[in-house]
Amino acid sequence: MNRLLRNRVAFETLLRKEIRRFTRIWVQTLLPPAVTMTLYFVIFGNLIGSRVGEMGGYSYMQYIAPGIIMMSVINNAYANVVSSFFGAKFQHHIEELLVAPIPNVLILAGYVAGGMARGLLVGIIVTGVALFFTRLSVASVWVTLSTVVLTSTLFSLGGFINAVFAKKFDDISIVPTFILTPLTYLGGVFYSIDLLPKFWQTVSLANPVLYMVNAFRFGILGESDVPIGVSYLVICGFIVLLTAISLTLLNRGTGIRS
Amino acid sequence: MNALEIRGLTKVYAGGVAALKGIDLTVREGEFFALLGPNGAGKSTTIGIITSLTSKTAGSVRVFGDDIDRNFEAAKRHIGLVPQEINFSQFETPLDIVVNQAGFYGVPRRIALDRAEEYLTRLSLWDKRNVPSRALSGGMKRRLMIARALLHEPRLLILDEPTAGVDIELRRSTWEFITEVNKAGRTIILTTHYLEEAESLCRDVAIIDKGKIIANTSMRALLEQLNVESFILDLARPLAAAPNIPYVKCQLNDPLCLEIRVDKTQNLNDVFDSLTGQGVEIMSLRNKSNRLEELFLRILEEGSQAGGSATANAAAEASAKAAAQAESAVDSAKEAAS
Repeated sequence: MNRLLRNRVAFETLLRKEIRRFTRIWVQTLLPPAVTMTLYFVIFGNLIGSRVGEMGGYSYMQYIAPGIIMMSVINNAYANVVSSFFGAKFQHHIEELLVAPIPNVLILAGYVAGGMARGLLVGIIVTGVALFFTRLSVASVWVTLSTVVLTSTLFSLGGFINAVFAKKFDDISIVPTFILTPLTYLGGVFYSIDLLPKFWQTVSLANPVLYMVNAFRFGILGESDVPIGVSYLVICGFIVLLTAISLTLLNRGTGIRS
Repeated sequence: MNALEIRGLTKVYAGGVAALKGIDLTVREGEFFALLGPNGAGKSTTIGIITSLTSKTAGSVRVFGDDIDRNFEAAKRHIGLVPQEINFSQFETPLDIVVNQAGFYGVPRRIALDRAEEYLTRLSLWDKRNVPSRALSGGMKRRLMIARALLHEPRLLILDEPTAGVDIELRRSTWEFITEVNKAGRTIILTTHYLEEAESLCRDVAIIDKGKIIANTSMRALLEQLNVESFILDLARPLAAAPNIPYVKCQLNDPLCLEIRVDKTQNLNDVFDSLTGQGVEIMSLRNKSNRLEELFLRILEEGSQAGGSATANAAAEASAKAAAQAESAVDSAKEAAS
């Protein structure tokens, strides 16, 4: 059997294992985002949104729907990898991978693909929920799909790096709570940065989540606070950076080899 | 061909602790090899380096000729590891655990499923294949790790304390299975605290202490160094005190059980004549089973008295040379680290 085929089998096995993990515990992984996002649509979209009026020429519900979908993709891609990889470290079954002849790049690819799978599946579920509340058309299928795929890749990588350094369960909740959530909420999910004073508009441009939310909103509504090209540049730049960091950590054995 | 060749293997942990001081070790193909040593001697570090779970500071490891650094994929494919601690996901089923592990080695799923049925059946786990593994008993979990290690059909099976905390019946059946695996041509490396198991199962042995190999020879040659033998005698009539025989060490374990230690050069007829002369009536006799344990402790003691340079045999002398070289390697590593 040649090396390519062996590596393909190894990658498929890891991806299948990851998908089975989050589907086995669907009550913890797939149901909560559906419930949470329903509440967002009811409270922000329906109750408060009716008083907010239009934003960017769309109803408030329509305006926030892409941001809410992207927020759930980001959270779930990140959460899947950070909890799965840290769990593997904690229970020591990461050793199943470390003793096997799998190149590090495939270990990373397997976990990232697992995170993407959960992120995308949750994105589809939340889109389904959104359709109960508002009408969504797709301005650009290519931009919509590429943005969501790239963003889930990026946050899967982020979750992986978090898990590599994590030594206890607290360590895997600190980043999502104190960094990821504020960045997402301040990343234009619920508002256009045009509503902010000039200074805070400039500050907001330093938030990478802003580019992802707006690129996705552009794909759905054809409306964005930032140039779409810049969004792709930011997302791809971060993917390259985080991939390099992840591979360096894996090659050094940081957090996984003594 | 050698299944395993270790040369100058050194491990200095981040805190400066030298776990391995330049060990050399060779295991021939098809051997049933015991790696023995007290806790903290360096056994698990050695196994960790061979299996890529621990990074080494210096030295080389070849598995069936494949270097673990230069040709790591081929080297890893040769090895199956049964670790000391349970290290599979407690939420997955036994079938998923073994099939996934085979998949990580590139074994296609269809083939892995066939092999899973074979090995899980042989290890009496097939009926439990679809229950969450956390529901398995301790013995079943250990057998599951053996099945998992074999599914990619490695040429070298490494077992790190595989029967620790396992009941006698299960230990016996595990060893019967492992012996079959060895007879089928696989090389076995075993670490165990049950020295009588190593004595009965293994043909060759290395003893490691404080990061150095202090003995590396055949089990038979090692046991031949034991110049005294201990016997347990069950007595027909109780004794108040142990008999006094000048050339035999006697110890009364209880009034009806006498333990004697006899030099191997001593004629046993004379011993029994002396015991009979002192009114000792023997009903039955058996060898004390922990011969290796006695030897093991003696070698460790000699090693520590001689500052770690004592050798148990000619092979161990070579180890001592390697150890001396290793110490300088460790010093160099420490310098480099600082």
